[in-house]
Amino acid sequence: MRWSQIVQLAVIAAIVGAATTAAAVLIPWLPPSASEQRDRIDFTFWLVTGISIFIFAVVVSVILFSVLKFRARPDDDTDGPPIHGNTGLEIAWTAVPALLVTVIAVAAGVVLTQNGNAGSNPLRVNVTAVQFAWSFEYANSSAKGVQATTLRLPLGRPVQLELHSKDVIHSFWVTEFGQKMDALPDTPEFPHPTHLVITPSKLGTFPIICTELCGLGHSLMRSQVIVMKPAQFDAWAKARKQA
Amino acid sequence: MKRLGAPGFFRCLWMIPLFFGIGVGIMAIVRYLEGWDPVWLNEVAVTTALVTIPFGFLAGIGAFDYWARYAIGQPTEPEDHSGHGARSWRDYFRVNTDHKVIGIQYIVTTFIFFLVGGLLAMIFRAELARSGSEVVDTQAFNGLVSVHASLLIFLFIVPVFAGIGNYVIPLMIGAPDMAFPRLNALSFWLLPVAGVMMLSSFLVPGGAFASGWTCYAPLCTDQPLGSVFFNMGVQWAGTSSIMTALNFLVTIITMRAPGMTFWRMPLLVWANLTTSMLVVLATPFIAGSQFFAMFDRVLHTNFFVADEGGYPLGYQHIFWFYSHPAVYIMLLPGFGIISEVISTFSRKPIFGYRLMALSLVAILFLGFSVWAHHMFIAGIAPWLRIPMMVTTLLIAVPTGIKVFSWLATMWQGRIHFKTPMLWAVGFIAMFLIGGLSGIYLGTVPVDVHASDTYYIVAHIHYVLYGGSVFTIFAGIYYWFPKMTGRMYSERLGKWHFWLTFVAFNMTFFPMHYIGLHGMPRRVADYAPQFENWNLFISISSFALGASMIIFLYNMITSWSRGPRAVANPWRAHSLEWQVSSPPPLFNFAEIPQIVGGPYEYGVPGARHAVFSDDGATKLEEVSSDAETEVRG
Repeated sequence: MRWSQIVQLAVIAAIVGAATTAAAVLIPWLPPSASEQRDRIDFTFWLVTGISIFIFAVVVSVILFSVLKFRARPDDDTDGPPIHGNTGLEIAWTAVPALLVTVIAVAAGVVLTQNGNAGSNPLRVNVTAVQFAWSFEYANSSAKGVQATTLRLPLGRPVQLELHSKDVIHSFWVTEFGQKMDALPDTPEFPHPTHLVITPSKLGTFPIICTELCGLGHSLMRSQVIVMKPAQFDAWAKARKQA
Repeated sequence: MKRLGAPGFFRCLWMIPLFFGIGVGIMAIVRYLEGWDPVWLNEVAVTTALVTIPFGFLAGIGAFDYWARYAIGQPTEPEDHSGHGARSWRDYFRVNTDHKVIGIQYIVTTFIFFLVGGLLAMIFRAELARSGSEVVDTQAFNGLVSVHASLLIFLFIVPVFAGIGNYVIPLMIGAPDMAFPRLNALSFWLLPVAGVMMLSSFLVPGGAFASGWTCYAPLCTDQPLGSVFFNMGVQWAGTSSIMTALNFLVTIITMRAPGMTFWRMPLLVWANLTTSMLVVLATPFIAGSQFFAMFDRVLHTNFFVADEGGYPLGYQHIFWFYSHPAVYIMLLPGFGIISEVISTFSRKPIFGYRLMALSLVAILFLGFSVWAHHMFIAGIAPWLRIPMMVTTLLIAVPTGIKVFSWLATMWQGRIHFKTPMLWAVGFIAMFLIGGLSGIYLGTVPVDVHASDTYYIVAHIHYVLYGGSVFTIFAGIYYWFPKMTGRMYSERLGKWHFWLTFVAFNMTFFPMHYIGLHGMPRRVADYAPQFENWNLFISISSFALGASMIIFLYNMITSWSRGPRAVANPWRAHSLEWQVSSPPPLFNFAEIPQIVGGPYEYGVPGARHAVFSDDGATKLEEVSSDAETEVRG
């Protein structure tokens, strides 16, 4: 392999890498975030994206270079050089990907632990899914005992959702919160609760959607989450309790 | 009258009703004797009939004739090879024991299911072109989505590789046929049974099975009758897979030509060896999951019924313990095909042959340790997520070895971009994207966001279409001259590739975007913000469907009147190219002697196999003919 080939290959790789980076940065791949957990999810997303761009640029530039430089004329019936392998290269492309996925796994493990940690005093809400609706019951805080079909959450306080289903498997997702978890059918006698932690970081109203095929009304199984200032939340809770 | 007794479709005409009667008769008698009321229950009758009718069909077509005669002590049919090899097109509609006939039966049948499955996708893409409900109602939509996936997985990608392997593996290892030719025929004839069963679910009251190809309990046990057709259809397709895989294992282990050590096997043979191990070890698990789900429904057992103490997640664990290895069942043979094609058309030995073979074995083992990555958000024990993430990400290492070794094989080669090579290089690029989106999904926090959205739909289509289907096309074009004895049209083949390549990316790449932005999968209706992208995707998917017309036209016209193919049009070294196209009835006039590796391009004087003197001269004549025709 000559130096000129390496330089040409590096130029192609740089162009592919730059184009891919531009596509990654300029297109808004991720919708706006509204929770601390989504921010950490986005961080792992961009970590994986960086590594992916590197691998994509290496592979695609070698393909392009081979297509351009090693194409044989139709009447050329000679064979290529009989290279059977190269131990150094083979070790390198075993070790480097192993290292890269280790980096991803460590970062993801840390994020996962943080995203599952609700702190010492979370707001607890029981979520019940049924074909094809959501209902919510507050288990502590000023709203204890309040039932609702729209989820209202105070800004900035970690929330621990406990999910149950009355019939088939459903899945709770708010795109802006990032966190998602299935609700499993269970009974008080045979409980299968699942849990999800969310810390809202932005005021607003966001759709809750069911993401696990649950029957005919699956695509219509929607509700809303409203993130409010803590004082407003307390006022709402008080009003609901009196009503 | 004689026709009604001879094996064939006429005998099926009375055998199928007979076995239907036996099935429902047993049900009615048992229920009557037990005093259960009512004696006739539609659901139970359909389930038992779906067990017995296939036996009627197989008995009618003659799949059991030899064994039945043998078992009752009658003389078996004389070994005149009347059931071996095809003399006319009619022989393809009979039970035949020739691996080459069975290979073509497999490939044509599975491509028919490919077309049907693709057309189902066209219908639901029409529905998804606008939000709201226009073309089909929700039950029909869910049915179309479910049957689309089931047909393409269980009746196209998994068995088409068995078909290609059936044709070329015995040739590649220098064997006259598969180890168990009659078992081979039986495995093939189970496929139309399974496919017709899944499709006929559209005709029963309540419509087709509609809880996705994953058929998660307890949803699938609440669904209308069509669900049973999935439970049972999977059993027949799975039985076919297991029998073929056993056949491949015995064939590859015991029937290699003298001198063909494991380290001299072509990589497609390695790939089929590892795939067959996966099939034999994993497929019983999906059989179990579907039997349990069917029992919950028909016998009112409580495997997955939470109210009675059943465990809903149990279904998913058992299901994915097969269905994740199944992804490798659908990819490893494709890896093998790509190795053959890249080496031949780059005129270079496979780079790092032994590591290529060992990485297949590594994927085999790791493939069994990752199933729960389909369940990161399913409510599994939280501690299970980290080890499953680590093993999932580790699979990137052997997969990366394969990709880099293919690139190194092309490097400094003399690359001829014939149609198979185009598909092979296109495969590397598309599978790269599918592999990288797999790294995203293996990373648990990202999976938590992207799971159950269109991001998953994009990922699996990059892996199974840009991955598996591209390798299938590479293989079909590569061995078309060998199988049919005729050349396909290069011009149409290239048109087919480029149209598919562009339309494929236009269809599936935007799905990453809409998925991350919150469009869940398997929805008949969606938020208006995704309308423009869905319209774009639907139009692209119709272009993707249209690209198949070029392929079909090319295959049909080339098969009937294409130019005659020589024995070795690609100047390849492996054994299947050292015999005529199509090969003689028993493949080799004499057993070849293997003297070297299969990819020794550029090594002066290197041979993969030698025949005795007489054979060697013939071989040289053939190959010099080949070169003149390729140049001409």
